[in-house]
Amino acid sequence: MTKDKLDHLEQLVASRFPDLERVRLADALILRLTPANLLATMGQLRDDPEFNFTQMMDLAGVHYPNRKQPLELVYQLLSVHKHHRLRVKVALEEGMPVPSVTPLWWCADWYEREAYEMFGILFSGHPDLRRLLTDYDFEGFPLRKDFPLNGLIEVRYDPTQGRVVRQPIQMVHPDREPYQANLS
Amino acid sequence: MAEQTEFQTYTVNFGPQHPAAHGVLRLLLDLDGEVVVRADPHIGFLHRGTEKLLEHKSYLQGLPYFDRLDYMSMISEEHSWVLAVERMLGITPPERAQYIRVIFSELTRILNHLLFLAAHGLDVGAMTMFIYAFREREEIIDMYEAVSGARIHAAYFRPGGVAKDFPEGLAERIQGFVDSFPSKIDEYETLLTGNRIWKQRLVDIGVVSAAEALDMGFTGPMLRGSGVAWDLRKAEPYDAYDRLEFDIPVGKNGDSYDRYLVRVHELRQSTRIIQQCLQQMQPGPVRYEDYKISTPYRKEMKQGMESLIHHFKLFSEGFTVPAGEVYAATESPKGELGVYLISQGGNKPYRVKIRAAGFNHLQAVKRMALGHMLADVTTLVGSIDIVFGEIDR
Repeated sequence: MTKDKLDHLEQLVASRFPDLERVRLADALILRLTPANLLATMGQLRDDPEFNFTQMMDLAGVHYPNRKQPLELVYQLLSVHKHHRLRVKVALEEGMPVPSVTPLWWCADWYEREAYEMFGILFSGHPDLRRLLTDYDFEGFPLRKDFPLNGLIEVRYDPTQGRVVRQPIQMVHPDREPYQANLS
Repeated sequence: MAEQTEFQTYTVNFGPQHPAAHGVLRLLLDLDGEVVVRADPHIGFLHRGTEKLLEHKSYLQGLPYFDRLDYMSMISEEHSWVLAVERMLGITPPERAQYIRVIFSELTRILNHLLFLAAHGLDVGAMTMFIYAFREREEIIDMYEAVSGARIHAAYFRPGGVAKDFPEGLAERIQGFVDSFPSKIDEYETLLTGNRIWKQRLVDIGVVSAAEALDMGFTGPMLRGSGVAWDLRKAEPYDAYDRLEFDIPVGKNGDSYDRYLVRVHELRQSTRIIQQCLQQMQPGPVRYEDYKISTPYRKEMKQGMESLIHHFKLFSEGFTVPAGEVYAATESPKGELGVYLISQGGNKPYRVKIRAAGFNHLQAVKRMALGHMLADVTTLVGSIDIVFGEIDR
């Protein structure tokens, strides 16, 4: 996005949402929302002809274990008509549900399912909040920082029992360092 | 009393091991007779946890993982990653490197669309197309091998440029390829475009209006097939695209046939882009000239102490990226491939989210398949051009 476009969008956001916190980066504009005002603001961003964010491009969860509100959702909005992008962030406490944006953008369905299974973020009003990418009986939230890279369960063929068994993962290398989350 | 008839639906399990499922798609279809009344795609059979792995790899080590996302358009995926890292570092690659990247991104687009034609043709019964397309694919894969040594997973781009300049004779080979390729596209079109069976299978299958396409988060040829002229190469030009001339083909009806036509026209436009790049590019460096970020040249490393230290540091610790965040998107052959990168100042990313184009397209099968016959689901899945590497990540 060019600087002029970004300046214009920032003014627009400032005039429509004077009370909301916004952060200006060199190449993007971030708007901070809360679960309480998410749906109304997002609706306005989509329907206001000046914004016209008809597309939700992406939804990313982020885990910050040391923060008071450890979970964060990052929405990437795009308007192909107005030709601008906006990043919307919502910080969440553990177990705090956030309203689903599926009524606004149909494609949010799978993105929210993914954020749920990877981070354990709950979406209220979602039509079908199941796991998406991981195994049908998977437990845990793999993209959280406290989830080990190796996983918790290993699956192997047990020749004595003649079948595939699941068991807690055992590291066969005694020298291998214990798991450390990358927090830098 | 009026007579009541009860219709019972039954469920068909399409995949995960099915030749028309393009990999490992499990599609649960509720059928009323032969008509689909509910479709539920199950994905994740190829989930490798790329995003988690990237949090534990340095920025350079992370690059080859992108080849393995969409393993049918390898170099295009690398493009988003190197752009994201470059924007975080605030660097611009030298001009020649930009042209080389565009050439290889466009060759990859041809590579991907050829596979689309091949597999889509095979799905609906046009076997010959498969053999024709693989003839040209082979030539491009040989070019991959010439620059990187690998035929599929090239790992050729680097933050700040590309790994190596073209070897001798490659520019002429690419020139020869793009000179002859338009006549090959004509061959494909004689096979398919006017073909009665091809049209019967594709026309009016999976019609998506422009408004629906936006709502479902479509990008790339899927969005353009529905008549929205949106292309990141024009809208948010990166590398050398702002210096090149090309057209954006758009469809009219938003059905599978239009999406096929859009992709065939993109083949022609890619040829045009590569022609211009070969004319415009000048000799020069292909790496960012700061050895804190890009690898020193081999020759210098054999003689200079500094270069040796830089090499050792780069391949053990890697370079550090200032804290911040960026969303870098490129127009990959399938649509917008976005990389949302958060750094907290270390030598590894804090979080990487990969926005894959196919994720939304496959999700839309839920809506697009409704009311179609079972046999048309194969056309649909073929026309959205899915590859599970990028959807499952």
